[in-house]
This record gives sequence, C-alpha cells and structure tokens, in this order.
Amino acid sequence: MIFTIAAREWRSLFSSPLAWTLLAVAQGLLAWIFLLLVQDFRHLQGRLVGLENAPGVTDLVAAPLFRVAAWGLLILTPLLTMRLFSEERRARTLDLLFSAPIGAPAMVFGKYLGVLGFLWATVVLAGLMPLALGFGTSLDFGKWFAGLLGLALLAASFAAAGLYLSTLTAQPVVAATTTLGLLLALWIMDAASAGQEKASNLFAYLSPARHCDALLLGLFNSTDMAYYLLFSALFLGLAIRRLDDMRLRD
Amino acid sequence: MADDILVQVERLSRRYGDFAAVDDISFTLHRGQVLGFLGLNGAGKSTTMRMLAGVLAPDAGRIVIGGHDLLDQPCQAKQAIGYLPEQPPLYRELTVDEQLRYSAGLHRLGRTASRQAMARAKARCGLMEVGRRLIGNLSKGYQQRVGIAQAILHEPPLIILDEPTIGLDPIQLREIRALIRELGQDHGVILSTHLLPEIEATCSHVQMMRSGRLVFAGALADLARRGQSTMLRIGLGAPPPPANLTQLPGVQRVEVLGGGRFRLQHAPGVALQRALIEKALSDDWDLWELAPEYADLEQLFIELTLERGAVA
Repeated sequence: MIFTIAAREWRSLFSSPLAWTLLAVAQGLLAWIFLLLVQDFRHLQGRLVGLENAPGVTDLVAAPLFRVAAWGLLILTPLLTMRLFSEERRARTLDLLFSAPIGAPAMVFGKYLGVLGFLWATVVLAGLMPLALGFGTSLDFGKWFAGLLGLALLAASFAAAGLYLSTLTAQPVVAATTTLGLLLALWIMDAASAGQEKASNLFAYLSPARHCDALLLGLFNSTDMAYYLLFSALFLGLAIRRLDDMRLRD
Repeated sequence: MADDILVQVERLSRRYGDFAAVDDISFTLHRGQVLGFLGLNGAGKSTTMRMLAGVLAPDAGRIVIGGHDLLDQPCQAKQAIGYLPEQPPLYRELTVDEQLRYSAGLHRLGRTASRQAMARAKARCGLMEVGRRLIGNLSKGYQQRVGIAQAILHEPPLIILDEPTIGLDPIQLREIRALIRELGQDHGVILSTHLLPEIEATCSHVQMMRSGRLVFAGALADLARRGQSTMLRIGLGAPPPPANLTQLPGVQRVEVLGGGRFRLQHAPGVALQRALIEKALSDDWDLWELAPEYADLEQLFIELTLERGAVA
C-alpha cells in the first residue's frame, strides 16, 4: 500500500521535467564546487606535508562539499515537497486516496517515502564525487560515510517538514515558500544564537544545522540521530492529523 | 431481505458554516438497484455522495455500507465502494494503464487480479485502444470513461458516480447508460445528475433533493404513478363545443389542441374514461383516440423542487 503510493509519486516525479532539471542543476553546481575544492586542495597540499596531524582530503574536499550540499538540500526540498499534497488537492486527485481503503498514515508514509527516495538519490550522487578521489588517494571512509548519513538525515527531516506544509494549502507555490521560510529560519537559528549567552542554547539545539555540523565533520552522535528522527516524526505526525482533519473541515 | 441491504444511511447531516448542505436525510439501497439522485445545482447531491464515499466526514448520522460502518471500520467499508467524483481523480502525467494499475494497488488487488480487473474494466468502458496514452492528452469524454473504469475496477458492490455522463458525446452517452444499467444488475449504483432523461434511461429508483433535504424517494415506477394522470387526451371525429366536455363528471378544465383533439384535466380518482366513452357513443362524437397523459418527470421535478415545501 505504502509502496504503491511511493511508486506513483516516483513515477510522477520523473515524468515531469522538474525532477530531471533539479537533478541536473544540483549535480552541475556541486561538480563545479567539487572541482574548485580539489584545486584548492592541490594548492594547499605542499604546505600540508610538513604539518603534524594535517587534515586529509576527506576533511578538505568531502566535508566542505557536503556542507554546500546541505545548503542545496535546503533549497531543493521545498521544490519537491510542494507538490505532495497541494498538487493533489488542486487537481482534486486526493479524492481517490480518500475513497480508497487506506488510512492517513499510509498516505503520508507513502508520499514521504517517494520524495525521500528522490532526495536520497541526489545525496548519493553528491557522495559519489569525493568517492571518485579514492582512485588517486586514500579516503577516510568513516568520515565520508558519516557525512553522507548527515545529509541523508537532513534530507529526511526537511522532507517531513515540507510534506506537512504541503497539506496545509492547495497552492504548491505557497507550500514551497512556507517550507523554504521554515527551513531557513531553523537553519539561521543556529547562527543567530552564536556568541550569545545561555538563553540561546535552546535555539541552537533546535536548529538542524547544529546537529548536521558534527556529522559532516565525521562525528557520529546518537543525540543528533535522535534529533532528526524526532524532527521527522513530529512533522509526519502533524501531517497525519491534518489529513484526518481535512475530511472534517474541507 | 435484510442481508441484501447494501447501503443504509441514517439521519445524515453536513453543514458548511451556517449553511446546511445536507440536512437529516435517511435512505437505504439494495443490491440490484440503480438509484438516481436528482436535484438542482447546490441541492446537496455531491455532498451526500462525498460522505457516502468517505471523502467527507458527516457532522451527524450514520452510514453503513455492506454491513460495515463507514466511520468505525473505514477500510472494510471503503473496499466495497467505487467512487467517481464530479471531477475524475486522474493524474494527467500517467498513462491510462498506469493510472488503473495504481488504483488497483490502492484497493489491494494482487498482480494477476489487477491485470484481469484492468482488462475487464477497460473492455467495459471502451478503453482498449488508449491504454498506453497519457491521460492529459485524452479528451474529456475519454477521461470520464477512465474515471468510470477506475470506479468499477475492483468490482465493488457499491458504485457511486457523481454526474457520470458529463462531457460525453451522444454515442458515448448511450454506451455509458447501458453500462450503468448493466452494472445495476449485480451491483448497487448511486448516480447523481440534473438531467431527467438520464434518470428515466438508467435508474430504478429516484431520490430528489432540494436544499439539502429529500423531497421524494421511491421507485421510478412510483414516481410515474404519483404523477398519474389527472389528464386525458382524446380525439373526436365530430367534436361537440368544448363547453359540453366541461359538463362531463369530474372534468375541471378543457384544453383545445386542434384537429379534433382535446386535453381534459380531471380530478384525481375519477374514472372519467367510462363516462366519456358512453357519452361519445350516445352523442356520436366519433371517438378515435383516448389516452391518459402522465405528468412527466420533468413536471414533477419542477413541482417538487421549486414549488412545494419538503415532504420528507
């Protein structure tokens, strides 16, 4: 049931030019940045030789690339999640789901899985670039994997937030705008709280950026994992409630 | 036969703010009935059907479909429903086959069951040639047919069609009406329309709605009988002056139709025919036509939906 919905979502994504364009643009930009980072690394290489405990290629190429990819996800996710429920409400195809013998959780998880599959594909594609350096040099696979996991979790939390906001409106553009606004606000919360006193620790803690940083640098922390899982669960739960409500209000 | 009851609706109500879209309606539907919902735009037909399909939650009342309460056991009840909303819920970017396969999956049909169901539904709705075409590129009539195919795909006992013949050309219209009659033999069908000929062509039962209330519910035959006739059309070879006709027992009004034809309106329950025939023979009126005229559905519809207050 969930997979039927996810597969349909996937199919619709790839039959529209949107998905292909997003993939191409994201991949193109990341490749460019990747090449710049590799170039920088080659300039620095000479000076690094003398240093003790010098940062490796994973720290100087993969980690910054993932950092840029995280920003990319911030912009990419709203464009993908905006369609999830808004588009179905606008095109009145939601009636098919509502009249079928499926509960709201299956609808939400199906759609979530569909869009998440796409986002994770882009994450893996981004991850493959530094992996290509493995032919010429030795990579720290632990750090590389931690970074990839960080991006995947980030994508999962962004997608959950976007999915919820797309249940609130029948206008996909409104859903995209609100999602982008929410994600940016959460992201900035970390920066805004930097350098201030205790009161802002909570804000910093709530920001996905803070939890992502450690992973991107290769630090695996179960608190961060729990943060992302709770973040996603919260928004998916809200989406399920909202769908049940929709039948009452409409 | 109680176990033949397919749908049982009890005191169903739904409000939008202060506006009562559906106001306390109750009815039952048996297997093998085709029930037509008739009413002007905004009478509450679509709202009722959306509630029956489980798309909209009622404010009050109970809906039992195939023995399962739609609110308590939504999945079991919904498995028994095939629903075509006013606007067919189709994904423009999918092909007809993909759309139907998706819908089959949503209704828990397995791989082989789904393939068989698709072939059957496509054959029934005349979609064999367009299986690989994108829905967005199909004409409105074809899209409507895909919507109907989708609604009957999983062979639900109850089929709910909200204005199913919109956008169809006359040939398609005839085919779809025939299909609905055919479906009505072993399913229960509820359809809404504001076209009266459609009801006469397809339905066994009629319900008329007016401002959210049921104003008439019964078999189509009852409806015709209800309108039974208080009118008689006669043709006379040697007609007397109309005033003579007025003197017949129970005649209220005489309308001259020309060519020796008259329409007599009489009080209900009066056996005018016999008196008329006797009179015509004794006075040599040369009676060559005598036919009761039934108030047609349209007349009744207008009468029930506009002029009088609620009956139910």
